[in-house]
Amino acid sequence: MKKTNYNAIAMASFALLLGMLSCKPKNAGNAVSADAAAKAYVAPGKYDEYYNFVSGGFSGQMAVYGLPSGRLLRVIPAFSVDPEKGWGYSEETKPMLNTSHGFVPWDDLHHPELSQTNGEIDGRWVFGNANNTPRVARIDLTTFRTAEIIELPNSAGNHSSPFITENTEYVVAGTRFSVPPDNVSGDIPINTYKQNFKGTLSFISVAKEDGKMDIAFQIQCPGVNFDLSHAGKGKSHGWFFFSCYNTEQANTLLEVNASQRDKDFIMAVNWKKAEEYLKAGKGRKQSVKYASNRWDEKTHSATSTIKTEVIVLDAKELKDICYMIPCPKSPHGCDVDPTGEYIVGSGKLAALIPVFSFDKMIKAIAAKDYAGEYDGIPVIKYESALYGEVKKPGLGPLHTEFDGKGNAYTSFFVSSEVVKWNIKDLKVLDRVPTYYSVGHLSIPGGDTKKPSAKYLVAYNKITKDRYLPTGPELAQSAQLYDISGDKMQLILDFPTIGEPHYAQSAPADLIRKNSVKFFKIDENKHPYVSKGEGESKVVREGNKVHVYMTAIRSHFSPDNIEGIRVGDEVLFHVTNLEQDWDVPHGFAVKGASNAELLIMPGETQTLRWTPEKPGMFPIYCTDFCSALHQEMQGYVRVSPAGSNVPLTFSLGTNQPKAEPVPAPKK
Amino acid sequence: MKKTITAIIVVAAMYACGNQNGTTTTDNVAAGEEKKEASTNPSYDPERGEGKFKTVEIPATLDATLAEKGNKVYGVKCSSCHKLTEEKLVGPGWKGVTARFTAPWIMNFITNTDEMLTKDPKAQAQLEICLVRMPNQNLSDDDARSLYEFMRKNDGVK
Repeated sequence: MKKTNYNAIAMASFALLLGMLSCKPKNAGNAVSADAAAKAYVAPGKYDEYYNFVSGGFSGQMAVYGLPSGRLLRVIPAFSVDPEKGWGYSEETKPMLNTSHGFVPWDDLHHPELSQTNGEIDGRWVFGNANNTPRVARIDLTTFRTAEIIELPNSAGNHSSPFITENTEYVVAGTRFSVPPDNVSGDIPINTYKQNFKGTLSFISVAKEDGKMDIAFQIQCPGVNFDLSHAGKGKSHGWFFFSCYNTEQANTLLEVNASQRDKDFIMAVNWKKAEEYLKAGKGRKQSVKYASNRWDEKTHSATSTIKTEVIVLDAKELKDICYMIPCPKSPHGCDVDPTGEYIVGSGKLAALIPVFSFDKMIKAIAAKDYAGEYDGIPVIKYESALYGEVKKPGLGPLHTEFDGKGNAYTSFFVSSEVVKWNIKDLKVLDRVPTYYSVGHLSIPGGDTKKPSAKYLVAYNKITKDRYLPTGPELAQSAQLYDISGDKMQLILDFPTIGEPHYAQSAPADLIRKNSVKFFKIDENKHPYVSKGEGESKVVREGNKVHVYMTAIRSHFSPDNIEGIRVGDEVLFHVTNLEQDWDVPHGFAVKGASNAELLIMPGETQTLRWTPEKPGMFPIYCTDFCSALHQEMQGYVRVSPAGSNVPLTFSLGTNQPKAEPVPAPKK
Repeated sequence: MKKTITAIIVVAAMYACGNQNGTTTTDNVAAGEEKKEASTNPSYDPERGEGKFKTVEIPATLDATLAEKGNKVYGVKCSSCHKLTEEKLVGPGWKGVTARFTAPWIMNFITNTDEMLTKDPKAQAQLEICLVRMPNQNLSDDDARSLYEFMRKNDGVK
């Protein structure tokens, strides 16, 4: 029996392979028409129309590109240390990467999601998920800096995240791995998955004014893999839809064992109902540990707090929160159209796209039109929730976005193409090749109530022959299509960092006008700030030495320091006194084994340095700041432990020779 | 020879910084010619400079409270580069500055630094000496006025 199954799978794989080969576009050059360059051209000195926030994948960061030019504008560090920004290196930023497991220097960011008001992008924040050690980050779009990171207990592999409700009431986080809950021992046999492993959905509340995140509640579900999700909108506001796979509940060789069933599920969650249960006290408190890390723009520092409790609602007991809708072949994308009526499920191994109707689903629930139960959760009959199927759209549908004109655009991994189809009549209207194996695709506002359907970007998994080769690893690839007409038109290829998964875009005008240019020095509340050179000094507290240092074009104060001893812990608190846009200063000490600094105008940042041998240690500014940048330097003298060289510091004073210089050793 | 090198450096510095700050400079016009253009432009008042301050009411006696406010601003935003004596540090020393420039010129220069450095002959002459474009420290109008009062105090006004 088992053998037959394997044979069937092998044959299916072969068929897929054939499909892939035959679908590979052969004439890439012909796919681009003559006016493509003009459409993607942004003249020097001109701005792009859109900000495009693209996941950095296994880099753990988020990249920002301009559209339509495809120019890289910034890489925002989120879940990984980043020397270019000092992220995770300065004493102030280190707490942002703290977790219940300690400092985690590198994670995997898959999905950016822009905050919304009334179902439209509002340009305030962009959220991102950490896929490995489960967390959600909120990036402030006035500073393009990660303002907050919250960890998620009872979870592992935070993939179904960070999708949001239409007024950013909640950011969700559905666990990819089901695991034993955090309050029981995980030291149990792996093959007890069916009895002991649970899937958890986290609903993270977002404060309206300042965006602060907290875990409002969690819903405990059967042990499956949650993959992706989207909130209902308009009429379906109050619901959330999660794709699930591995409903076989396999704990090994998922490639085969989680592909057995003809249909897995899309789980519909009535979160308004969950809120009611929460209010009625139906949740149970569970003791857990998770980090809540927040950046304070006034102290220019982060704090990390370990929280110890969440409230969990049980989907099995509280019957009318969760419902399963059967969906063919390991559904991946789970996308809701701008009206909120249609839910598109994309089975990774399917050759059709099912479109579900919200109205029909509500009717089916009312009529208890169920096919049975899955681990205590009602399963709605497939036909009772189905609006219709798009027949023969391509192979391996993954993700769908919308243009707000009644059309949907779905990416096809196996057949390497984007297919445009009409939601009402489910007819395919157009298809274009991608190069190659597209994963996510993105239209500005394409998952909101109001898409802005001028461009579509396809983010590809395989780059192969698109760019000059760079050894075994190639640049990642994105492709820009003009979708303003009936036919999609490829207008640009551009390389991206990390691995692009999902991406979202917002009109430039929504964000650029709010951009912070510098931090006001008067408002700097860092405990070790020096507001002006008059406050710069060096203070010894036992073997701890605090250097209150200032930086301005182009010198540090003080820039000569003596009396540091081996065994001291030196803390350079460098305040950038500049009050002008685009004038950061850098700070580096020779031999510092942990870090350097990068300090924004008006900010204070701290480098911890423990000199390990006596000698002369130059310091200098690493970020080009003026014509005399190369003069922005100084010296720190380090003496042996127990030395009686007095602690002195100065700027602009060439000290008289106080002691003879020892003769060089022969 | 030395002069030529200085001129080249000035032009290079202005060109590099001008672009960075988003102002326009003509890259094929030498600094000297540009200066002439500005000073012969009849609508430009080199005593007032370029900026929002046209005339500033200055009383005969010192406003000590205002001067003290200016002292505080000086400590945070100016003292890194300017001494209160005649000695040049990064920028010129402040002794006598109120005799060399009018109140509107000083207040325009410290609030509208980039444009003044691009346009104003006296500001450019200072740049040739100091070779560091004065940073825009984003002073408010009140900051500018209080700093001017502090400069007056430093110049001996009672």
